[in-house]
Amino acid sequence: MAKSKTPLLDELEKGKWPSFVKDIKQAAQKSPMAEDLLQQLELSYKDKIGHWKHGGIVGVKGYGSGVIGRYSDRPDLFPNVQAFHTLRVNHPTGWFYKTDALRKLCDVWDKHGSGLTNMHGSTGDAILLGTKTEHLQPCFDDLSAAGFDLGGSGSALRTPSACVGPGRCEWACIDSLDVCYNLTMEFQDKIHRPMFPYKFKIKVSACPNDCVASIARSDFSIIGTWKGKILINPAEVTIYAGSDLDIQKEVCDLCPTKCMEWDGKTLKIHDGDCNRCMHCINLMPKALRPGKEKGATILVGGKAPIVQGALLSWVVVPFMKLEPPYAELKDLIERIQDWWDENGKSRERLGELIKRVGMRVFLKAVGLPAVPQMVKAPRSNPYVFFWPEEIQKEVK
Amino acid sequence: MPQIELAGKIYEVDEDGFLQELDKWNEEFAQAYAKTEDIEGPLTEEHWKIINYLRDYFKQFGIAPMVRKVCKDNGVDMKKLYELFPTGPAKGGCKLAGLSKPTGCV
Repeated sequence: MAKSKTPLLDELEKGKWPSFVKDIKQAAQKSPMAEDLLQQLELSYKDKIGHWKHGGIVGVKGYGSGVIGRYSDRPDLFPNVQAFHTLRVNHPTGWFYKTDALRKLCDVWDKHGSGLTNMHGSTGDAILLGTKTEHLQPCFDDLSAAGFDLGGSGSALRTPSACVGPGRCEWACIDSLDVCYNLTMEFQDKIHRPMFPYKFKIKVSACPNDCVASIARSDFSIIGTWKGKILINPAEVTIYAGSDLDIQKEVCDLCPTKCMEWDGKTLKIHDGDCNRCMHCINLMPKALRPGKEKGATILVGGKAPIVQGALLSWVVVPFMKLEPPYAELKDLIERIQDWWDENGKSRERLGELIKRVGMRVFLKAVGLPAVPQMVKAPRSNPYVFFWPEEIQKEVK
Repeated sequence: MPQIELAGKIYEVDEDGFLQELDKWNEEFAQAYAKTEDIEGPLTEEHWKIINYLRDYFKQFGIAPMVRKVCKDNGVDMKKLYELFPTGPAKGGCKLAGLSKPTGCV
């Protein structure tokens, strides 16, 4: 038997987790691109360095984003991956597919690309990995015919994504799927034609469990919540009390605001002190549910470390009703983006711009009132700015 | 390094077709190159206005201007910009203007 050309990668076929090496080898049986990708990756494992060149600007007509160009720095050894571009395809919200749709996607990709994919990219897109420049436009045309469009890349609005929401989850406070789809359609132009100082991401979670990590991975986070009382079903509480669950220890004592009381028979919640952390609901899903008046908290500013440090999104609107056609939400997004687009420096994320000019400037510009829910604690230093009009002139 | 022949001259370009020796740029280069960026016929006055603006800005500041700045300073909107350069201001506009390739998280 011939000696394997990929001894290092072959190690990764062992073990119990699904092996990406096995999958690529399978794809390589009919795709020379996948074969060369495997060989180049083996070389990278050996050299401990990436073998892709810096950057790459390719695209399809009419769009400034959606395709990430990539070229091998060893085209002499691996001619089939000389060009290995990635297409971001906008996914259906919540990643619900029919096999019919996936088959169409695979047919297009088998025809135009390497046959390799990433299901899905971190932002949410279905990622088609590896094709040549001359295939981009025909591939895009075939994708369009199959009902798919490209997602975002570059200094544009990136593909919005949402948790499965009311599709499969009883805690959903908003229709995250509809909100996400609605915003995606509304802002098509901003997704396809980069116009901002930098990237801008929107994610929609239907409750504070935040299953799409919107608070950490989006500039504009929409997180479902409720007002009023948590709904309690006493009969179900009794059943939990008879089970392994120690309600006092595991539910009441772990409540962050200590607003729950349990006397062995009845569960009481002082809802005025509840901060809707979801813990009790998570532990007793049959007995407790989010309150009746539902909406969302809007947070902004989340981003990864570069340049000024990582940020989690912070509250700018504690509660907003979300119902189609989401006019108030869209209007807020437009105002924020306009202000950022006008004032942001090149490659400055929204969170960094707010850090640079201050919340008071941001709030005034987008017309939001300052409320206590926006801060964890008031400032500890006394370097307070005042707007000139706030200062009463001294009259002699 | 790939080479490209336009209007009888040879130019060094990268894989994406961006000019490598920026001082070799001339108007024939831009004109002859236009059709690869889906621009039909001769470049119009509007095209030249944007191309010259991009070149001036690059000469002065050493970087390509932000899209909003291009729109504002030239009195065009994004729609018009994509009508002029169907492949976009970065890929189409900057390439014809002979600017170095836009980089970053594209």
